[in-house]
Amino acid sequence: MTESTLKNESGKGPPPAFAPVPWRERAQEALIPPLVALLVALICGDLLILSYGQSPAGVYRLLLEGTWGNAYGFGQVLYKATTLAFTGLAVSFGLRAGLFNIGGESQLAAGGFAAALTGLALPVGTPLIIALVLCIIAAGCAGGVVGAVPAYLKTRFGAHEVIVTIMLNFIVLALLNWFIAGHLHVPETLHTPEIHAGVLPRLSDLSPTFHGSAANLALVVALIVAIAVWFYLFRTKGGYELRAVGLQPDAAEYGGISVGRVWMRALTFSGVIAGIGGINYVLGYKHYYEDGFASGAGFLGIAVALVGRNHPFGVLLAAFFFATLSQGGLAIHAFVPKQMMDVLQGVVIIAVATAVPEVRRVLRGARKRSDA
Amino acid sequence: MKEREAGSGKGEAIRMTGIDKSFGAIQENRGASLEVISGEIHALVGENGAGKSTLMRILGGLMKPDAWRVEVNGRDVTGWSTNDAIAAGIGIVHQHFMLVPTLTVAENLVLGCEPKTRLVALDYRRAADDVRKLSNETGLVIAPDRLVSDLSVGEAQRVEILKVLFRGAKILVLDEPTAVLSPPEVRELWSVLRGLRDNGATVVLITHRLDEVVELSDTITVMRAGQTVERIKTSETTPSEIARAMVGREVSLSAGKRVEPLARPEGPQRDQGLEARNIHVTSPRGIRVVDGVSFSIKPGEILGIAGVEGNGQTELIEALAGLRPVFSGDILIDGLDITRRSVAARHDAGLSHIPEDRHRRGLILEYSVADNLILGVQKQFAKRGVLDQDRVMENAMEDVSAFDIRPPNPLLAARALSGGNQQKVVIAREMSRNFSVLLASQPTRGVDVGAIEFIHSQLLEARAKGKAILLVSAELNEVLALSDRIAVMYRGKFAVVMPASEASEETLGEYMIGAKKGNAD
Amino acid sequence: MNPLSFLAQMIRIAIPYLFAASGGVVAERSGIVSLTLEGFMLGGAFGAVVGTNYSGSPWVGVLTGILAGLIFALIHAVCTIRYRADQVVVGVAINLLAIGVTRFFLKLFFASSSNSPRVAGFGGNIKWGGFDNPLLWLGLIVPVAVAFLIYRTPFGLRVRAAGEHPDAAESVGVSVTRVRYVAVAISGILAGLGGVYLALDQHQFTDQMTAGRGFIAISAVIFGRWDPIRAALACLLFAAAETFHIQLQGNHAIASQFIEMIPYALTIIALAGVVGRAVPPAALGKVED
Repeated sequence: MTESTLKNESGKGPPPAFAPVPWRERAQEALIPPLVALLVALICGDLLILSYGQSPAGVYRLLLEGTWGNAYGFGQVLYKATTLAFTGLAVSFGLRAGLFNIGGESQLAAGGFAAALTGLALPVGTPLIIALVLCIIAAGCAGGVVGAVPAYLKTRFGAHEVIVTIMLNFIVLALLNWFIAGHLHVPETLHTPEIHAGVLPRLSDLSPTFHGSAANLALVVALIVAIAVWFYLFRTKGGYELRAVGLQPDAAEYGGISVGRVWMRALTFSGVIAGIGGINYVLGYKHYYEDGFASGAGFLGIAVALVGRNHPFGVLLAAFFFATLSQGGLAIHAFVPKQMMDVLQGVVIIAVATAVPEVRRVLRGARKRSDA
Repeated sequence: MKEREAGSGKGEAIRMTGIDKSFGAIQENRGASLEVISGEIHALVGENGAGKSTLMRILGGLMKPDAWRVEVNGRDVTGWSTNDAIAAGIGIVHQHFMLVPTLTVAENLVLGCEPKTRLVALDYRRAADDVRKLSNETGLVIAPDRLVSDLSVGEAQRVEILKVLFRGAKILVLDEPTAVLSPPEVRELWSVLRGLRDNGATVVLITHRLDEVVELSDTITVMRAGQTVERIKTSETTPSEIARAMVGREVSLSAGKRVEPLARPEGPQRDQGLEARNIHVTSPRGIRVVDGVSFSIKPGEILGIAGVEGNGQTELIEALAGLRPVFSGDILIDGLDITRRSVAARHDAGLSHIPEDRHRRGLILEYSVADNLILGVQKQFAKRGVLDQDRVMENAMEDVSAFDIRPPNPLLAARALSGGNQQKVVIAREMSRNFSVLLASQPTRGVDVGAIEFIHSQLLEARAKGKAILLVSAELNEVLALSDRIAVMYRGKFAVVMPASEASEETLGEYMIGAKKGNAD
Repeated sequence: MNPLSFLAQMIRIAIPYLFAASGGVVAERSGIVSLTLEGFMLGGAFGAVVGTNYSGSPWVGVLTGILAGLIFALIHAVCTIRYRADQVVVGVAINLLAIGVTRFFLKLFFASSSNSPRVAGFGGNIKWGGFDNPLLWLGLIVPVAVAFLIYRTPFGLRVRAAGEHPDAAESVGVSVTRVRYVAVAISGILAGLGGVYLALDQHQFTDQMTAGRGFIAISAVIFGRWDPIRAALACLLFAAAETFHIQLQGNHAIASQFIEMIPYALTIIALAGVVGRAVPPAALGKVED
């Protein structure tokens, strides 16, 4: 395809000996956010624990024992991390195209609802694999539809996706509430009947040590989605174009990439990813859709994407970190109120959002000075 | 730095010495200096990217350089703020207007030094009165209650000048003030500036247009590549001397080394090349920025477009490239109508495009050189949607050595390269693809001399290969040296199209400033 | 349906919106995104209850409520203005932080995870139907005061310039940074007052008691096209819809969920430009690096 005849044939350039981007730089890029997060969580946690008259060391020991120290706690962390991985991947997928999807909560809820409806509609005894695939498709479609609305409004009318996704959260959740409260609930509750098909095995079915924890095979689905997202972003033409739009929309347009189409794709698939996350609760844990199950998961997904540096594997680690915080709150509740973790979450996000660009600026300055 | 004594007994209004300023890897100023005598019109000239605007931002306190010393009226003011600069009587009229479009003229004028009523409120009546008074004194008439977004460019500039005068500016700095003005507006501006000087003000005029310099200034400072290279009295120099100082080598103003016409094979190539028929482009605000342009370029021909920036060249190129909608008219590549086609479809039809702004359009700065070298042709490197990394690298290494991109590391982010090497990446990509028509917009802007010559040879080689090339450049000598035919664009129209052999800087200049065929308005 | 009682109830419902939306207008006009109103309100509500509880005087509660709103606003301002952090991310985090902090201190001060004890409030004379509450009158005045501030004072001119073209403001020596700090502080105080009104009206703090009111206030800002008076009218419109629904209680012609959606749906419609496009301040949310 190239017209090499056009090129300068002198070939006097030095031999192609080149190093990839210095590893130190890459390591700094990848490690700064989690380190900042951890450091700030520790400092702030100390203060809160002390304000409650407890010893930080003791409380932290309890926290670790209650989360990573036993199989049940670890299972619970994995369960919570699964949902956060989905919403975190969803947010980061949008952000790679330069779009902020704050609608994770309603997309997750819509996905869970669709998965429950599918599970209810399928006859008892449907083979798991078929039921699972159908439920995932339904969940993804539902989330995708919720994601496509702000995408369309952005592409067609230029309506800012942040506001539209927030507003849509309220609208979709109210709609789902109307469905549940008005039509589909088991009397005296705000949830649907139990599904007939598509129940995902729990980790405790495979290894009894996880007994009682809600961790289930949705975790594997999350891993697969993370790998798929990574592959798409960094190995395909679509991902090349999506990231180009996120970095420099004008250059992408110049390169023949339809910015609007990429926006549509990015936000819709962001919704699809969040929607699939609904299976963790519905197929893996409760086996029904319950009003409000997604509460807060969308906003936390932003934190997860941020700490995970918008990289799919970073997102997985960040989801694990935030899930540990959340489960840790329960473990220490006897000594310090679990609400402490709500504070820490907020503090960590603010600290990372604030400190990371600043830290990077300082580092860049230092590097420049040392080069000079 | 050569120095010819230009000073007289009068005091120095501005003395800047040893100014260094760099942005990342790009050094805008290195040891630049500027001395301006009180009560003169001083021209600061230099090519695009010579560091003129940076120097002025430092003077205005908008930017902190790395090493520097600034004196105003004999007082050391190194490290001052915008407010200090304003208080010392420095008023800067920026190239890109610093006006808030949603506010009225009066509101823009008083912003930052608002008159108050006895209570806390802003005294709108006094603001309007002040504006009218100032208008009467200076002859810059404008209604105080009009919204800035409704003003024409010329009117907006009037407001800009009023704004700095309102703040009591005694030293006026104007950054490329004529780039957007029509000839009558320019004439009006000149008389205003002369009037201000005669009333004791000092004027610094930043420009890269020699006719303005010679016509208006008392003293000239020439900058090149971030350094001050010469300071001359206008009456003691000639345009060609100034030009030589600007570019750093001998330039013949009347005729560049002209390319020989190619012997073109006659035959069934009537539809070959690029054809534009009666193109109209409107700005988002509905103004016709390209107003009925028609031309055709045959294979192996370079059509150069000269003109003062802002006369529709950018919009014309963007419309041809598919980056801006065409209001009416037809665009054909090798006989194929692509007027309503997408950018990608135009690529497929054989269009290649070197954009005028590589930082905004031409490159994705965070992407590696290798990834940038496939921008726009990424489709060809994908198999069922998956990019073939090996071929991407192979292509990159080929281009890197063929176009001598330094450092020769395709994994480096484009951001890390110098301006000249960044431009080589763009050129390498656009020249390596299969194309029959090339749009080259400011192909040598902000690159060093060595790269300029390389880029010129690439363009000529493409011409020899039978490509149809549209060249837009603010550098008149570039247009003169490379083109077969030259068009001058003035206020959205082609003022003239002539064979390059008949063109000279003088003849083109008259069309560029609208002097010829100038009774249009 | 008694029109007078309808009007009275509508105004009572609208007051927190009026406070918060007026604050939102000031911050957004200066260029800072106001997704934080919810958090500021929640902080204000909690602050008011703590102050009133320990002093016995609702006036002290007003001050502590304002202070709480202001503290959250300053955190937001420092992060987004001084450190140029992303305004949307920090905004979301401020809301999460407000929920967390109020929960934690609810537990610490009142040993409850759901609500505070009952505290004093203003007025309370049934005959007056809430109109003997000075905060209510303040809430009605605030939009007019903000309109005066924005359109008629030097500070307001600077706010508008900072939100539209910060470089232009800087070039004439206006400190955009300072203008934005003050604007965000004002939004914290006003949204905090909205929370104060809410908490003192209900005589207690309950977990997450603002329940999305901050987002309704943002809707009003956008639907009102960043104009204080139009935003106030939007607040009244949204409050009217709620009142209408409450007064029709028992009549299930329209499900409550659809009434809830009205503000959000109208905002989306306004943003999409179906009826006259809502155009935000040009520099809103932009961070120059």
